[in-house]
Order: sequence, then structure tokens, then C-alpha cells
Amino acid sequence: MKTLEDLKALREKLKGDIKVRQKQGTKIIIGMGTCCIAAGAREVMSAVLDELAVRKLNDVQVQQTGCIGMCEKEVLLDVIRPDEPRITYGNVKPADVKRIIADHVVNGRIIEDLVVGKIEQEG
Amino acid sequence: MQHIRAHVLVCAGTGCKSAGSKEVELAFQREIKAQGLADEVMVVETGCHGFCEYGPLVIVYPEGTFYSRVTAEDVPEIVESHLLKGRMVERLLYHEPMTHEMIPKYSDINFYKKQHRLVLAHCGTINPEQIEEYIAVGGYEGLGKALTLMTPEEVVEEVKKSGLRGRGGGGFPTGLKWSFAKQSVNDKKYVICNADEGDPGAFMDRSVLEGDPHKILEGMAICGYAIGADEGYIYVRAEYPLAIKRLRVAIEQAEAMGFLGENIFSSGFNFQIHIKEGAGAFVCGEETALMASIEGKRGMPRPRPPFPAVSGLWGKPTNINNVETFANVPQIIVNGADWYCQFGTEKSKGTKVFALTGKINNTGLAEVPMGITMREIIYDIGGGINNGKKFKAVQIGGPSGGCLPEELLDLPIDYDSLTAVGAMMGSGGLVVMDEDTCMVDVAKFFLNFTQSESCGKCTPCREGTKRMLEILTRITEGQGREGDIELLENMAKNIKETALCGLGQTAPNPVLSTLKYFRNEYEAHIKEKRCPAGVCEKMAVYTITDKCKGCGLCAKTCPVKAISGTLKQQHVIDQAICIKCGACMSVCPFKAITKG
Amino acid sequence: MDMVTLTINGQTVKAKKTSTVLEAARAAGIYIPTLCYHPELSHEGACRLCVVEASGARTLVASCVYPVAEGMIVETNTPKVREARKLVVELLLANHPKDCLSCQKSMDCELQTIAAELGVRKIRFAGGEMKAHTIDAGNPSLVRDQEKCILCGRCIRACSEIQGMDVYSFAGRGFHTIVSTAFEQGLEKVACTYCGQCASVCPTAAIVEKDDTDKAWAALADKTKHVVVQTAPSVRVALGEELGIPVGEIVTGKMVAALRRLGFDKVFDTNFSADLTIMEEGHEFIDRLTNGGVLPMITSCSPGWVNMIELKYPELLPHLSTAKSPQQMFGAVAKTYYAERAGIDAKDIVSVSIMPCTAKKAEAVRPEMNSSGYQDVDIVLTTRELGRMIREFGLDFASLPEEDFDSPLGKSTGASVIFGTTGGVMEAALRTVADVVTGQNLQQIEYKAVRGMETVREATLKIGDSEVKVAVVHTLKAAKAMMERVKKGETEYKFIEVMACPGGCIGGGGQPVPVDADVRRARRDALFTCDEACSLRKSHENPEIIELYSTWLGKPLGEKAHHLLHTKYNQQKRN
Repeated sequence: MKTLEDLKALREKLKGDIKVRQKQGTKIIIGMGTCCIAAGAREVMSAVLDELAVRKLNDVQVQQTGCIGMCEKEVLLDVIRPDEPRITYGNVKPADVKRIIADHVVNGRIIEDLVVGKIEQEG
Repeated sequence: MQHIRAHVLVCAGTGCKSAGSKEVELAFQREIKAQGLADEVMVVETGCHGFCEYGPLVIVYPEGTFYSRVTAEDVPEIVESHLLKGRMVERLLYHEPMTHEMIPKYSDINFYKKQHRLVLAHCGTINPEQIEEYIAVGGYEGLGKALTLMTPEEVVEEVKKSGLRGRGGGGFPTGLKWSFAKQSVNDKKYVICNADEGDPGAFMDRSVLEGDPHKILEGMAICGYAIGADEGYIYVRAEYPLAIKRLRVAIEQAEAMGFLGENIFSSGFNFQIHIKEGAGAFVCGEETALMASIEGKRGMPRPRPPFPAVSGLWGKPTNINNVETFANVPQIIVNGADWYCQFGTEKSKGTKVFALTGKINNTGLAEVPMGITMREIIYDIGGGINNGKKFKAVQIGGPSGGCLPEELLDLPIDYDSLTAVGAMMGSGGLVVMDEDTCMVDVAKFFLNFTQSESCGKCTPCREGTKRMLEILTRITEGQGREGDIELLENMAKNIKETALCGLGQTAPNPVLSTLKYFRNEYEAHIKEKRCPAGVCEKMAVYTITDKCKGCGLCAKTCPVKAISGTLKQQHVIDQAICIKCGACMSVCPFKAITKG
Repeated sequence: MDMVTLTINGQTVKAKKTSTVLEAARAAGIYIPTLCYHPELSHEGACRLCVVEASGARTLVASCVYPVAEGMIVETNTPKVREARKLVVELLLANHPKDCLSCQKSMDCELQTIAAELGVRKIRFAGGEMKAHTIDAGNPSLVRDQEKCILCGRCIRACSEIQGMDVYSFAGRGFHTIVSTAFEQGLEKVACTYCGQCASVCPTAAIVEKDDTDKAWAALADKTKHVVVQTAPSVRVALGEELGIPVGEIVTGKMVAALRRLGFDKVFDTNFSADLTIMEEGHEFIDRLTNGGVLPMITSCSPGWVNMIELKYPELLPHLSTAKSPQQMFGAVAKTYYAERAGIDAKDIVSVSIMPCTAKKAEAVRPEMNSSGYQDVDIVLTTRELGRMIREFGLDFASLPEEDFDSPLGKSTGASVIFGTTGGVMEAALRTVADVVTGQNLQQIEYKAVRGMETVREATLKIGDSEVKVAVVHTLKAAKAMMERVKKGETEYKFIEVMACPGGCIGGGGQPVPVDADVRRARRDALFTCDEACSLRKSHENPEIIELYSTWLGKPLGEKAHHLLHTKYNQQKRN
């Protein structure tokens, strides 16, 4: 280790690897009830993880949740950016994932045509 | 390549390991693979979370779900339900012992909520065998800052200003100690980390070493820079194999990345660290005995002065601090003394880790700010007394400490308040005792410990504690004599005055504090030949009450034929023959036999 | 020298900055009792008897290790201090056998003295556990009774710091701590040289010389036995201390008188055989020097030293002079030459020696020491044992007349008496060697270059035309260091004198206690006084020696001398 700057740079690089254990960054929450899985939630999940990996977005948290009762709109996927409202997308297909991540997760532009709900405050 | 969306943290502290956490970890690896989640879920082995009572512990992130007492059989369910379907496995969640409330989140559990984890911050949240994880949470920035932005004088000043005091026992101001070693002029100096944790029930140092070993290396290196030492020793007991293993891994990694070795951070500062395994003699926690042991001699204390700062290891100026003290150092350097001073009381800054044991619901490690009350630790964090029993006393500070009664539960805990009431901070062992505890027996237990661990060098400790122990023994056996209390007090006073080292000087503390707060129990033993708590077997009187149905089982069981009676009539015990073994009481189907 | 001023018991005291409170107090004439403290050993602060109150200290402090400081106020005699000291002694007594009245060290025991001084009248811990050990008496020299050990550690330090042998160390914990040899074996099984320095620093009877006075009494009472006694050079300047006479006084005549009164048939002198040793050893040296023998030659009269080299440096044994020690030469001559001349059957002679040394007891029973056909020396008594016999016999030593040794083994020269001090054997040898080599009766008698108390001294001496480099070493620690140098071939010495004990025999393990540097110096000075008072000061001038050779023995190194007066050495293998 040569300089403090070297160390700080290294830390920045490594930080993401343990982000999952900290409460920072953007969260993606996917409904994973049995019904959701039947509707293709696993495939959406895989697509999300693939895309995050490709884009090296290792500080984005991916969480799962159970069925929330809006079964006709499954697969359901929520995006919460820090200090922004929770946006719920419905009828998400694996093909939509690229767009959600590129526009919303990275650039903060909500994809209105997929939105099914908006919650101002994350509980 | 895949995005890792979830981390499963399996505690691999010594406590959880002995409860089967390795099997749990392997089961997770297996199940996650079987469910095809290997690319997106990572299993991480961590150090101790401190909540050992409930181990093996598993925490699933990003949710931070806290599963307790997990067995390998539980794992398929957690993987299928939680990791695959996002549903917590409720039956494995933690329930508060007092309220029976279910708490899913790690951070919401009372045991953790009341804590303030600075020293233990990363214990249980990072993989101790991966230096990358330590760096990711800010590791080695303290060393980097000290070496590149501060002079050694500034480092010593910062530590002085922080008010940090030695966490190993006496509470000597750390910065002052460093300044002594710094002032000694010598081309060779040493830094020693005292990891010879020996107080019964204390294991905070082990947990830090196992859970966050790099923090200790970093603290030692900062100290080395501050005092002008280029070599350090960690004296760790051989009974801590896991800690030793992780330290070795950590040293290797730190050397590989240049945090130890030559010209660290291009500053010209060199520092290397060796591990010295101790054979577990309690007295080797005393710094001069510890140094003798490193030198390959018998671990016996020598008189001070000269202090180690002047003439220590191999006659060279040496600074010794314990594990927890060193663990505080990096964050003081990174965040500054002012930041550190916000925690704690006026004269005792920062936090202290306590090891909670005894008759308490939540045994484990708790790190709290100095100044918190004993009541908060025992009831809010510790979850109160087992089985709804009444609190009687808490022994604090290990064998050198004292027993405090209920009246002192609201005492704010810091170095000075504890000393004032006849106890001491010690290394932070807290043994909670309930109403079924005999305080004379407790004093005997601790004195027996110090006597058998005495190095035998000085007369008061070697011979004096032995005679005190004999007096305590006879008191608990109903042979106490008029004047024994006064004799104990006289000896205790003189041993404190004359013993060579801290072990001997503090050995009488458990006797003095129990005499101070529980004198009536001693008097009951001596004058009434009675143990109020019913603990002292030799004084017990077993009696058969009128609940007796005359079944004769007790008479048949009694090994000395002390019980007689006719069938279907109340039996009696001949006290002259009874050997107080208690066999009758345990076989009586009607609970007709009492002990008092 | 940096000095500080402090106050002890209200008295202003100046002391060296580096001194301890105890040293400062003693220098000011203020007495503080001690037990584990010994002026010549490192200070441990273990027994806690010397505690005092010192300003600035949290608790009482052990004055033997506590450094003085400018302005320090010390109280050595407050009620608090006395109470603490009394408890220390009471605790030691509670774990000590109560057989003082019949103990070998009675009246000579520091624990007993201190208990009496402090007025310990009651032991409140009667009935408690006491240490229980078997007595280690499997060797001819020393007896260890652990039950009497108060764990002061002086034996450990003496054996390690003075002798470098490290036979003892602490073992065990708490109440069961003991002073142990390796694996608690008997001294005969470990690398003990029997030098007895441990016994001479032991404050109690935990390590004592093996008492052979009963054997001596029995021999003296046996009318069928002719009992002869020899007295080693250093005994005459130390025995007085056992009998109430000031240190450093020469008591040769009274000692002879006392031995006669005890019933010895003949009172002879080891000095005689010391002269004999010089004859043999001196000629052996000349022989080695001129005929390419193994050099340096090293003296062999100190049996502790011989044990050490046999234990630790067997490869250097060829360096040892083959000449027997004076004790053993005397033994061999007494049961042959003297027996013949006196017309007494050697089997009826009991040969007793009075020695400053515990290792001499072991030397006498070496199996090869029987060239007379019998064990050459039957009973070896230390100076301390002789003192006890004289006391037991009820002799008023001080008022005894001065008497002379018997003939023909009683005459001696000044060369022999200095055998008792370090450098003495070397000097005595040089006096004879120089004369023999030059063939003259040289005026030079004293070789002051080899005198002194430093543990290693060297000198280059002119003998005839050649220069000879010699060295004198005492204490086994210094001897070890010297042997390392010899082993590596780093030395140019031709002749080395080695004595096991500090100061040589005057500091022997069988000499009166207590002993320190001042006592040893006084004894040594007395030996030089004896030397100066002699009309004959070279061994080869001793008329009884001349007569021995001319009438009976033949030449030095001759066949008879070889048989009677020389020996060989073997490696000792112990654990």
C-alpha cells in the first residue's frame, strides 16, 4: 500500500461487495409469491441480476417479497431510489428489465407505461 | 457473472461453531446450489455477533433478518421460503424473552438496540478472513491517516485527547501510557497486544480477534508508529485456536497488501507482528508476567518500577494494551478524539464490551456506552433473570472485581464509580446471580480461582489467599468460628497492601465486597450454621414434611440408611447419619422433602 | 554520581539515584528485615517482608526493589508496616514445620530470627494445609527438605546467576508452588555439581549440607580406630565465625586444639597435601609445556568444578590436570605412607577431612578414590559441621590455647594456605614452577597479577626466558564462559585455574553463613596474612614434602606418585 489515496480507491472498489449488508443505495424489490413465480418472477429476477452484473451496479440491492395481492398484474417489480418514492411496475417481462434499469435505476427516469403504483414514503 | 443479491451471514464464532454453525453453513451452501441460487446468493462466514445464547445465528441480507438457534435441518426451509420466495421463516425468528414479541430484524432486537457497537461494529458483519471486507468498511484508513497525515506526537495527542483508558483491567489512560513509551529513548521498542483473556466468563477479546482481526493489527501498527516501535507481539492464549488461525490469516493478508512490513504507506515506517501462544496461565495477563512468558521464562510478575515503558520485553521500552483497547484506536484516528468523546462519561470515554453470563436470559456480548446503568445492561439488554427468579447480585470485573447488590443496580458504570463501590471494570465480565446464589460460596469460588492461578512468587498471595480460602471453606461447611469475619477482613486488607502484582492485590476483592454487601449471609453461616440460599451442601438440613405419603422410596434410596418410618406413615431423617447427598429429595414423588 | 535526597523515618538520607529504598535505609543505619533479598543476587521483591510506606505509592512497597526518588518520604516502622510484616511471617510459619528446636539450622535460621524479632506469638491458621514432600537426600552432599522451603528463590538465583547451572526453578501454581529440579528429580539425577551455593544462601533448612557429624562421632568413639583429620586451608580463616569470633580472624591454633579435644588421634593439615599437589601439578604443567601436552592445563582441585566439566564439557577433560585434589592426595598418603611410618594397619585408620565444601563429600566417595586400597577419605565434614561439633562438645573455643599440627603430614608452606582463595593455586604453582624451570631459588614470591576478586583474570608472566599467559576463573558461570572460549580455541592460555565457588574455597558452599563479598574479602586477606607469616613460602621447600619424596615417594610424576596422586576423569551423564 503506497498512499492513502490508493487505499481509498480500493475501498470504493470493494465497497459494493458488501453493500447488500448496508442500508444504502437503490433497492429493487420483486414479488416472489407462488403466483408470482408462476407468472415468471424467477425469470424477471434472473434478468435483473444479469443486467446489474453487466452494468456492474453492485450497490443496487435486490429484495424479494411475498404476494401482495395484485395477482393479475404480476410480475410486480418495485424500484426505490434513495429519497425518492417507491415505484411499482406491473406485468413486467424479462424484456422490460433492461429498460427499467437503464432509465429508472441508473438515470432516475420513471417508465410511466409500466407503472402501477407510487408510494411516497417507504415504510 | 451474476449480481449477488443476498448475503447469508453464518456466525462462525467459537460459541456458534460449537453449537453447530459449520453444519449450518454447509447446509446453506448445499441448498442454495440445489435451488440454483448459487450465482445470486452468497454465504459468508463471520465472527461472533455476541448473542451467543441464541446461536447458531444466521442473518440474511439485504433484509437483515435475524434467525436464531438455526440447525442444519432448518436450512432447506430458509432457502426455499426466504431466499427463493421472499418469505421469512417465522418460527426461527427471535422472540424477546420478557415480552415474547417476535422480532424479525437484527437491528430491532433489544439486545442490539441498546448497544452501541464501536469495537464490535464489524464483528458478525464482515468475513474476518477477507481483508477486502475490512477495507470495504473503512479498514486501515486510520493507519493510512496516521502515517501520511500525522506525526507520531499528533497520534499520541489524539489518543490522549480521546480519553481512551485501558480496557484490560486497571483503566490506565492509554494516551499517557503511549507517551511514556514514546519518551523512552531506544533504537528498539515493542508493542504488545495482551490477548491472554483469562477472567472466567469473559470472551470479548476472543470475539474481536475472531470477528475483526485486522482492527487489532491496525491498532497495533498505529501504536508502533506513535511510540517508535517496529515490532509487535500478540500474546494470545493457546485455548483460542480460531482466533490464532484468523490472526495468522490476517497478518499474512496485511503483509501481502503492505499494511504490515516495510515502508508502509511510503512513510518509511516498518512494522511486523508476531503471534505468541500462551499456555493459559491467568497470571500471564499481568503485563510483566506476560513479557516474561514471551521471553520464554516462567510467567511470573516482577515488581514495577521499572515500568514496561522504560524496560519491558527483553529490557526494551514496551507498550502493552489489551485487545479491546487496540480495537478502539483506528476509529479514534479516523474520526478524531472529539467524535470519540461524545460517547461515555466525563472520565470514562467510549464504550465497553461486557460479557453477560450467569442467571440471565440473554447471555452474550454487549457493547454499551460508558455510564449506562447495570440495570439497563441486565434487564434491557440481558433480558432479565432466568426463570423469573429474583436478582441478587452481579459480579463485575472477574476474580479481581466485586459483587454488587440490587441497591447499586442504578449505578452508572464507569471505571471510577465501580472502584468506589469495591468492584472494578476489569475486562468486563458480568456474572449475574439470582436469589439461589450463596454469596459466601461465590467469594469462595473466586478466591479458589485466584489461589490456584497465583504464580506463587509473593507470600501474601501464595499463602494468604490459601488461608482465606480455608476460612471461607470452613464457613461454608458449618465450621465457621467467631472472629472469622474479622480475620478475613484483616487478611484482605493486608494482602491488598502487600501483594506484588495486581492479581494478588485484587484477589481479596470478591471477599471484601460480599462482606460489605452480604455480611448477613456470612453471619448466618457462622452463627446459625445456616446457608440462607440453601447452596452449601454440608450445612443443608433435609426434612420430610407432612406431604409424605409413606411410600418408602426415600428410605430405599438413602445410601446411609438415615431414613426410617413405617409404610404409609410420615418418614423421618436421622440428621446424625444424613450425609446431605440429596438423593431422597430427588426421588420423592410427592415433593415432601425440603432442604434448608 | 547522581544523588537524591529522601527522608526515611524523619531522617534526611542521601542516596545514589539508582539505589533502592532498602539500600538507602541500610546505608543510613536503618534496619529493614528481609528474606528473599540477598545482596549478591538479583532482587525479586517476592517475600514482601521488607515492605515500607513510601510517599506516592498506592500500597506498601517492597523496599528491596523500590527505587529511591528525590523528595521521597519513607516510613519503615509504622504500625501498618509492622502488621503487614507480621502477617507475612505468620503466613510463612503456618506452612513451615514446627521442629525448630531439633532443626539443623536452629539458631542459624533467618526465618526463626525474623519471627523472633517481629514478635510473632500466634499463628492464626493452625490446622490448615501444609506442604508435604519427600526429602531429597539421594546424593552425598546436599539435603533438600521442601517442607522447610519458604520459596524465597535465593537458591534458584544463586544457581543461575552465580553458577550458571540453572538446576532449580519454580514449578506449580498457587499454594502448590515449589522450587523444583527438572521433573522434580533428585539432585544426583540432574546437572548439579554439589557446589552448595544454594545451601549457603538458603535462609532456612530447606537446603543444607548432608550432616555427617554422627559418623565422625561414631569413629571418634570407636577405640579400635585411629582417627586422623585434615583441615583445608580456608577453614582456619572461617571457622571462627561459627563460634562467635569476628569475621576474618585466623583460628588455626585453636582449631587444632579443638580437634584434639574432640578426640582425633592425629591432627594433620590439608596444607601439607596442597604443597604435594603443587609438586605434582607443577611438574605436570612443566611436562605438558615442554613435551607438547594438552594446553591449557586446567586445575582440578575444586570438585564442584570437576563435576561441572564432566557434566558439561567432557570433550575438554584432557585439559584437566590429572593431579588429585589436596584432600584426596592427603587421603591416599595417610593410609599408605603415614600408616607405614606409624605402623598402623590402613584398615584401622579413619580419615576425616574438614572442608569448606559440600562437593568434597561427593569427591571422597568417587569409586576411583581408593588408591590406598581403601576409601582414601572416609568422612568429609564442612566448616559448619565442625562448628556444630565443637559447640556440641561444649568447648569454649575462644579460650582454647593455640596448638600445632602433628607430624609428618602437618607442615606446610605459605604457598599451600593460599589454595583457599581464587588465584591461590595458580600463584602457588607459579612459585614452584618458576624455580624449577630456572633452576634457581628466585626472589620473586608473590604474583599479585593473579590476585583479585574479578571472576575472570588473566596475566602474562615471565618464567625463565619465556612468557606464559595464564588465567584465573572463579564461579561456574565464569568457568562456563571460559570453557566456551577454550573450546573455540580463542585463548592463548597455558594454564587456567578454576574454582567453582565465588572467591574460591573461602566462599565455599560449606562455609559459615551468612556470606557476602565483604566476608569473603576478610577471609581472603586472612589467608594472605597466613602466607606472609610463613617462613617457607614455596611448596618445594616444605621439609616434610622433601622427606616424603626422598624416603618414600620418589620423583614427582614418578610411578608411585602416578599411582597414588593422580587420577582420571569421566563424562557424567545425567538427565
